[in-house]
Amino acid sequence: MTELEAGRAQALAPVRGGAALQRYRDVLIALVAFAVLASLPLFTGSKALLDFVIRCSAYGLFATSLNLLVGYTGLTSFGHGMFFGLGAYGFGLIMQKLGVPIPVAVVATLAITAVIAAIIGAICVRLKEIYFAFVTLAFQMLIHSTILSWASFTGGDQGLRGGIPRPAFLGINLANHIHLYIASCALLVLGLLAMRQIAQSPFGYTLRMIRDNAARASFLGIDVWRAKLTVFVLAALFASMGGMVMALFVSGAYPEFAYWTISGEAIFINMLGGVSTFLGPMVGTVLLLLLNDTVTRFTEYHGIVLGVVILFFALGLRKGLLDFVAEWFSQRRDAGEGR
Amino acid sequence: MDLDALAGCLSSSACLVTQTTSGLIIGMLLFLVAVGLTLIFGVLKVVNFSHGAFYMFGAYFAMAAYQLTGSFALAMLAGAAGTAILGLIFERVFMSRVYGADVLMQLLVCYAFVLIFDDVVRIIWGPEFKSMGMPSAFQVMPLFIAGGVVPPYYLLLIGVALVAAVVLGFGLSRSRIGKVIRAAAHNPGMVSALGINTGLIYGGVFALGGMLAGLAGALAAPVRSLTPGMGFSVLIESFIVTVIGGMGSILGALIGALLLGLIRSFGSLGFPLFTEGLMYLFMVIVLVSKPTGLFGKEAA
Repeated sequence: MTELEAGRAQALAPVRGGAALQRYRDVLIALVAFAVLASLPLFTGSKALLDFVIRCSAYGLFATSLNLLVGYTGLTSFGHGMFFGLGAYGFGLIMQKLGVPIPVAVVATLAITAVIAAIIGAICVRLKEIYFAFVTLAFQMLIHSTILSWASFTGGDQGLRGGIPRPAFLGINLANHIHLYIASCALLVLGLLAMRQIAQSPFGYTLRMIRDNAARASFLGIDVWRAKLTVFVLAALFASMGGMVMALFVSGAYPEFAYWTISGEAIFINMLGGVSTFLGPMVGTVLLLLLNDTVTRFTEYHGIVLGVVILFFALGLRKGLLDFVAEWFSQRRDAGEGR
Repeated sequence: MDLDALAGCLSSSACLVTQTTSGLIIGMLLFLVAVGLTLIFGVLKVVNFSHGAFYMFGAYFAMAAYQLTGSFALAMLAGAAGTAILGLIFERVFMSRVYGADVLMQLLVCYAFVLIFDDVVRIIWGPEFKSMGMPSAFQVMPLFIAGGVVPPYYLLLIGVALVAAVVLGFGLSRSRIGKVIRAAAHNPGMVSALGINTGLIYGGVFALGGMLAGLAGALAAPVRSLTPGMGFSVLIESFIVTVIGGMGSILGALIGALLLGLIRSFGSLGFPLFTEGLMYLFMVIVLVSKPTGLFGKEAA
């Protein structure tokens, strides 16, 4: 990171109020956001719009969790999608084979994800950036090929079919579209809030220090390996959560959920929205899903269109959309203060 | 798991020869792709994530040229030269803009081109599986070595890859151009101050890397089926090769590729469902015991 960028990061860091005040503000924003999302079905009967929000929840959780790695810690994982796939398959398989209540399956899936992420992370996080990117990618392909070849258990290239049972619990019936919608929104808001707390905690600032200067962090007595591994596992948990929302939504799990393009899309989402702000990936998610839906309606060659858009962002803007907005605001504020 | 099949094969010389040759051709093709990847990384310090696309284009160019002219030699030439030009343009116009940017940016530019190139192939040649067909010159009786069947084309393929390895190895260590390239990898600022056009070197190395991948694709065209997206699994495997052998080492790429090829061919007997898993497992073992790869130096 150059001095210029470091200066920008400082300008973006919250300056008003203490940590507690900011936490209240975050909770308030989350409550308002949830209230707005949850009241959406009252105003519109459009199933397509609600479906869109559910997909945004799944991808948003996933993409924001990647930002914990890429934006906050400087770990460019190119295999983060494996945890998305793991969440979808883990949840689907547990529900199909064991028939336990949904919350139990969720917790069990998270536990499995944590163990696998800890093993993969322990191998990967000491590698330098390019090696890290590709070895995580290799693990993703390993999981993908395991899913494909272990057909008797996972359904192979057909995916997990036959639907995932969604028994009601605590009065919540996820087979009901509105209930599923509300639950997805709640998971999204809770997940984002939790990740926000992680990012703003002392641990979150430790991660930023590791990103900017790992050697210095190490001299200050921080166990860099352990911090990186911790955030790797945490990010995997949220990605797995996104996968579970997706599995609930499509009532199945498909090998594409664990394919490398999912990771590529998540990285692109981060790029699109910007990694210097917390909500950047969420903005990117909405943009990418809108883009995907529009492009696939007009052409079957959406790879070309998507590729050109990526090039425009990577080579033209060199930053994400929210990065731009944030910079614009800080410039205006500086101008307003007469600096 | 089918360990009996593996043991049975290991005790029969015919099966041993057949499996070893098939492992060797997998390894040699991988070597050509991986050595380009490792060369580009060594000099330009970027990982060409779109390297698999060059392999794919090499195969399609060769098929197109072969269908047009009917000449196998021209097909190979088209595959290699076409991808070399493509590599030069790609590096000069796009990749040269993201040197020094963070890895994320470089990965993204390449990711964009993986998507674009796959669709371009889909538009020009269609989404279905294509096959180039074996040239008539090689449609002869296979050789029998110790009871094992060895098609003559395999020998050509192994020979071409070995020649490429030797030329590259000696070219880089002995020739003047090789020295300039190594100097540019070490200290581009100094090389440029000495009046050497580093942009040209970068473009040239990228073109060379692309050409090697294209040549691999062209060589593979008669024995593999062609499909858009065929480059990706090759990219992943060749990356595993460079990780095992050590980034930037040509010898490492050769050894890594051969090991991987043999693991694939013998692994498919013993563990038919977990052949790919074996490769990843091997990579993990190497990484854990020697993080820089078998022949890698400590990262500069």
